Amino acid sequence: MPQPIRESVLPNNMSNKLPGDLKPLAWLRRPDWQASDWQALHKKWRPWLQFKVIAGGGTLTLFVLLALFASLVAPFDPNRQDLMMAMTEPQYFAGPHFLGTDHVGRDILSRCIHGARVSLVIALSVVVISGAVGVFLGVVSGYFGKTTDFIIQKLVEVMWAFPPLLLAIAVLAFLGQGLAILIMALTLQRWIPFCRVTRANALTLKEREFIVAARSLGATHTRIIMKHLLPNLMQSALVIGTFAMASAIIAEAALSFLGLGVPPSTPTWGGMLADGRTYISTSYWMALFPGMCIFVTVLAINMLGDALRDILDPKLKRSGAR
Amino acid sequence: MIAYFIRRLAGTIPVILMISLLVFLLLHAAPGDPAEMLAGDQASEADILEARARWGLDQPVLVQYWHFLVNALSFDFGRSFRYDEPVMGLIAERFPASLELAVTATLLAIAIGVPLGVWAGSKPNSWVDHVGSIGGFFGISMPNFWLGIMLVLLLAGSLNILPSSGRHTFGVPDDPVTGFLLIDSIIGLNWESFKDAMIYLIMPAFVLGINMTGILMRVTRSSMLETLSEDFIMTARAKGLDERAVIWRHGFRNALILVITVVGLEFGALLSGSIIVETIFSWPGIGNLLLQGLTSRDYPLITGVVIVYTSLFVVVNLIVDLCYAAADPRIRLAK
Repeated sequence: MPQPIRESVLPNNMSNKLPGDLKPLAWLRRPDWQASDWQALHKKWRPWLQFKVIAGGGTLTLFVLLALFASLVAPFDPNRQDLMMAMTEPQYFAGPHFLGTDHVGRDILSRCIHGARVSLVIALSVVVISGAVGVFLGVVSGYFGKTTDFIIQKLVEVMWAFPPLLLAIAVLAFLGQGLAILIMALTLQRWIPFCRVTRANALTLKEREFIVAARSLGATHTRIIMKHLLPNLMQSALVIGTFAMASAIIAEAALSFLGLGVPPSTPTWGGMLADGRTYISTSYWMALFPGMCIFVTVLAINMLGDALRDILDPKLKRSGAR
Repeated sequence: MIAYFIRRLAGTIPVILMISLLVFLLLHAAPGDPAEMLAGDQASEADILEARARWGLDQPVLVQYWHFLVNALSFDFGRSFRYDEPVMGLIAERFPASLELAVTATLLAIAIGVPLGVWAGSKPNSWVDHVGSIGGFFGISMPNFWLGIMLVLLLAGSLNILPSSGRHTFGVPDDPVTGFLLIDSIIGLNWESFKDAMIYLIMPAFVLGINMTGILMRVTRSSMLETLSEDFIMTARAKGLDERAVIWRHGFRNALILVITVVGLEFGALLSGSIIVETIFSWPGIGNLLLQGLTSRDYPLITGVVIVYTSLFVVVNLIVDLCYAAADPRIRLAK
């Protein structure tokens, strides 16, 4: 049997697998290690070893860990009121309230940590739901074309005609508040970028030989979409998802700021900011720190998304997805 | 060009119809009787009946939608029960303030973002590029409500150089002509009033435009990078053209189309952002009105503002498309 031609010096079938899976660990045990193997490994990973990925990814990981282990990390119960200690200045290492307390004596640091949980959970659900909806509608729209395409594209056009956030505000104003409604309101427009890019990609992909071949072999539409189209559309979706996550965090914070988010008893960054605004003239820290959390998280996600796009899907730059 | 305009204009009609349908459905999906909602909390039995008749709520749904549509198209959204005035009057009164803020924010974003983007893009990997790139990220990621609060604290509080809220000093503008304070003061050649309006406008406009500034900076930079690597730029340089002419006349012109697109795309975000920014700076605009409507569950007011904002966004998109077609003939000639 003839040997397959290798693309690079990477030993065995590793050439196309990096990065993304854990095989390198098994690979480390190979006896025939050479310096060139290390160089090849480094070359493969090199795009990922840049400031944006490390700083953005690191910060995001930190916030995710804080959110996951909020009750373990936070020094106080986020809703524990201590009126005697109300509006304490940030004490840093000098006292128990690292970032100070708010107008009813709740610990700002603990609330920020618990707020990360709410923000990230809401943003993640919004992105996953809108990604699934958007990619599904996009692939259906691009693959089937004709009337299906027309209807879906009209829907896109109408939803896109609303200024972002305004639609969410209207939905929350009319339907009332609640976690499910909030997630739905934020999803209403966020599936559109997924849909547009997926449709455009599906349109070009479906003319490619491997799809035509699959079809001529008698593959069903479902099989073609699931096995052949979707895997090729995932990278763009991942990149768009990152940016959608950043915008979802800001939108959630903005809605909480306006008092339209989750119920006020749940600590959220936006809600804390709204409280902080009331007391801005006397206690700047009530507004400074939650806002900084929003800013740093969004900045980290945007940097990561930018790097992801450059690595995974440079074409997206031209298609309007930031 | 005219044919293109008509085609584009006709294309907005189904969109506006669908928008009104969506808002209508939302109004109906809201918990409770819409008539009671539209009549307000303190409505008497007669008020509810009046609202029901006014909005045609005693009729079949399709007829109801027709009534709603006719009312909405004639910009008649009923009376706000918070202010007890026709909603449209309230909106019209505050519209100039909102538009002035939004347009100034856009212009400010263009004035800051585009030159910085061109500068960074024409000197890749220099310190300008790196600082600009970080600045662009900051601009994109900045929650403008937080920036607003912090700037108020710093510039109006600690440094006390700018006013923290409002639109003008009491009694400064003499007689409103258009409602746009800057234009009024230019018409009246009133320098004092212009300066006053500018001082109040500059901070909200900067805060509102911060995201667009960041985006414009990044987009301009990347499109400059791309354009400057084209062959015609090398030709221009080879024939000994001044570097400034190469960058602005040959490079920037081609990057301009992307700038128009981005301004159009981001204007919607800017409009939504204005709801929050107007609240922070107590700017007497539509966004502020909407928030007051939200806190008092003033459904006619909310409906009115949502429809007006959305129509404005549709109109802006239409204008952007026309600019786009004017700038690039290939677009209007394509089907």
